[in-house]
Amino acid sequence: MAEVTSTSAAYLALVRSRVSAQASYRTSFAIELASQVLLIVVEFAEVYVVFHQVRSLGGFDFAEVALLYGLSVSAFGLADLAVGHVDRLPFYLRTGSFDAFMLRPLSALGQLVTSDFALRRLGRVLTGVVVLVIAVVAAHVTMTPAHLLLLVTTPIAGAVIFGSVFIATATIGFHVTEGMEFANAFTYGGSYLSSFPFTVFGRVIRRLFTFLVPVAFVAYLPALAILDRRDPLGLPTWLSWCGLPVSLIAVAAAIALWRNGLRHYVGAGS
Amino acid sequence: MSKTVPVAEGVIDVQELRREFVVRRNAGRLRRTRDVVAAVDGVTFRVTAGECVGYIGANGAGKSTTIKMLTGILVPTGGTVRVCGLEPVRERTSLARRIGVVFGQRSQLWWDLPLRESFRLLGAIHRLPDSRWQPRLAECVELLEMGPVLDTPVRQLSLGQRMRGEVSAALLHSPELLVLDEPTIGLDLLSKERLRAFLVRERAERGTTILLTTHDLPDIERLCDRILVVDAGRVAFDGTLPGLVSRVGAQRVLVVELTEPGPALTGVPGTTVTAVEADGLRQHLSFRAEETTAAAVIAAVSARVELRDLMVREPDIEDVVRRLYLG
Amino acid sequence: MSLIAVRPAAAFAEAGFRRWATYRQAAVAGVFVNTVFGVIKLSILLAVARSAGGSVAGYDPAALSTYAWVSQALIAVVMIFTDTELADRVRTGDIAVDLARPVDLQLSWLAADLGRAAWSLISRGIVPIAFGAAFFGFHVPSDPTSIALLVPSVVLAVVVSFALRFMLNLTAFWLTEVRGIVLLYVFCSGLLAGHLIPTQLFPGWLHTLAYATPFPAIVQTPIDLTTGLATGTQAAALVAAQVAWAIGLLAMGRVVLARATRRLVVQGG
Repeated sequence: MAEVTSTSAAYLALVRSRVSAQASYRTSFAIELASQVLLIVVEFAEVYVVFHQVRSLGGFDFAEVALLYGLSVSAFGLADLAVGHVDRLPFYLRTGSFDAFMLRPLSALGQLVTSDFALRRLGRVLTGVVVLVIAVVAAHVTMTPAHLLLLVTTPIAGAVIFGSVFIATATIGFHVTEGMEFANAFTYGGSYLSSFPFTVFGRVIRRLFTFLVPVAFVAYLPALAILDRRDPLGLPTWLSWCGLPVSLIAVAAAIALWRNGLRHYVGAGS
Repeated sequence: MSKTVPVAEGVIDVQELRREFVVRRNAGRLRRTRDVVAAVDGVTFRVTAGECVGYIGANGAGKSTTIKMLTGILVPTGGTVRVCGLEPVRERTSLARRIGVVFGQRSQLWWDLPLRESFRLLGAIHRLPDSRWQPRLAECVELLEMGPVLDTPVRQLSLGQRMRGEVSAALLHSPELLVLDEPTIGLDLLSKERLRAFLVRERAERGTTILLTTHDLPDIERLCDRILVVDAGRVAFDGTLPGLVSRVGAQRVLVVELTEPGPALTGVPGTTVTAVEADGLRQHLSFRAEETTAAAVIAAVSARVELRDLMVREPDIEDVVRRLYLG
Repeated sequence: MSLIAVRPAAAFAEAGFRRWATYRQAAVAGVFVNTVFGVIKLSILLAVARSAGGSVAGYDPAALSTYAWVSQALIAVVMIFTDTELADRVRTGDIAVDLARPVDLQLSWLAADLGRAAWSLISRGIVPIAFGAAFFGFHVPSDPTSIALLVPSVVLAVVVSFALRFMLNLTAFWLTEVRGIVLLYVFCSGLLAGHLIPTQLFPGWLHTLAYATPFPAIVQTPIDLTTGLATGTQAAALVAAQVAWAIGLLAMGRVVLARATRRLVVQGG
């Protein structure tokens, strides 16, 4: 037990050092925080423009799509805050910083994850939560304990899912030197897609982003339960409650991919 | 070769170590060939506790690859490697607590934090109580004169200052083995000497085992009691520096500049004239350290002609290694 | 205008092309990502059209598909997400080397950027458009004016975007950290250029706001010529606006560069 506390103390020291390093650049920090908020405004402008043209999208109205958006952005913001920088892996590999990780008595993945903690991304999380709260009111969600439980756990499970996607796709960096853009299709693509009702998408995209990259569990499926709706496409209702278990499976898959990538890096073949 | 049977396991124990890489080359416009190249090709050696071993060889001889295998960053393709009794890749984190590594070209410090903070973080990472790393750091700070730069962010340090920081960082957890990859590269003479003196002391006081790669002969002269020369992935020589020099007959060169042109200075005992420049105004006399001394050669030369300037050039590592393969 | 001779300009353009052509893995990854985002974007727009009764703001499904795939193809060509290479050179002081060269800084970088854009169009533009045309339909322009103006319009889109990115990068002379302002640019360009959603769908006030900026000239205009939403004199007017923005912004960039250079000389970097 003493060992465990001590390891977490090591990671805590690493994260704390990242936070204090940022504090020394106050002006640029403020600008970036503001631009994170602006990002949400611009992204949400797309939803706003869509509903300027039509009253419903894929069977969902403005407030309901805003709810999806709020769930998705809070989750993605949290994941981005905690592990979004793992896509810098190719840079660390190229400059040899990754070897420095390997020479320390801590997990290389743990060190990569704690190598940054971009507090400016808090702007996105907070704006996402604000959108979520407004949407819950506007969509007339009935506040049962079950709905409340889903509303609180969904962004957390969603963050774990997105975090796993970040880590899983970052491992591409172990295998190809300049292919990191691939990751964007699943991380940013997943975030983009998860803020719209899945009824909008074709079957291939729906299946891909439900079963392979499980971002359907970030917003769409739980939102169906929160809004007391059945899936128009016929997925069973209980799937709405599977966010947390799915997020754990995603973490396990991400760690397996990481181990495989690391084996490739140390030249053990894959 | 005499065979000694060691009682205890060596700090480093490497047997028939091999590492292959696949090299893909563009052959023509579209075709790509795939070659397997052995960067390390059957290396065997053992380093016992307290030794300081220079691991030398030309660029591309397989030094960095070997160090990566010793430190758990790279898996061997063949053979075995044990460091501090551990298998580096499988027991990487346990090994990391027992060895210290400095890569001259790469930093293990946090560039955006003051030097002091890097040490504090490493203390936490190695899970050392303050009482263990702080006295150690104080000692390093004093001996390496780092006091004035402790509160400077690492990115603002000079190379020499950063290097002292790197070495202290590698020693913070009092490792049994210190691996140094080109620790003095790019440093000025004073910084090099300060670092060498520190390492000599570290060894004497704590018995730390050291393995270092270098292109700098004085590093080896000051620090190492044994050298391993690798070439094309194999150990080409394992012994002492004087042993290597006598084996290859590395020669020192006295370069003299005369006040006026003259004939070649042949016949000085123990020397051969290897170059005559500018009608004899500048001449190179080579000699072997074991046959005569620089002082004797200078005396003999100045008895015959008037000298304007002189310089003694030591054989450098590349020269010694090159001769090893020629001979 | 002999600020830059034709031969060096061609050499810069070719170097720009070749330099980017070495990143083949990146191009493959980029095509994949552009295609995935294209499918998502188009799915949303088609759902909008379905809700609106088949077509929206003049876009039928084929026009929406054309919009989605041309806008995806243009991402890399006009560098929606910009780059900070010039800003990095300002920060490191390497800009002094560029300024000492016997060629015009702005126009030589423009030439290199046109070369880069040509490579991007070939490597990252063709596949998404072909994919989209195969699976979702495509509107082939039939209006002679639009067809004649299409290539000039794409070139002008690159020039206008270059002029904007050039000034954006030059802010590094005054700001220690350009990341914030770069993000700001990316967000504005994404929305106002018509990259996220066609400008025709904007509510009136946003439409007016967008067309008060040069951003529609870098994405929406070439798209309008392809989808057939702008034809004849309307198409000519849009391209004329691109020309005006290109000249105005390049001139403005020269003023900013002159000020920045003076600052460099006075403060010694």
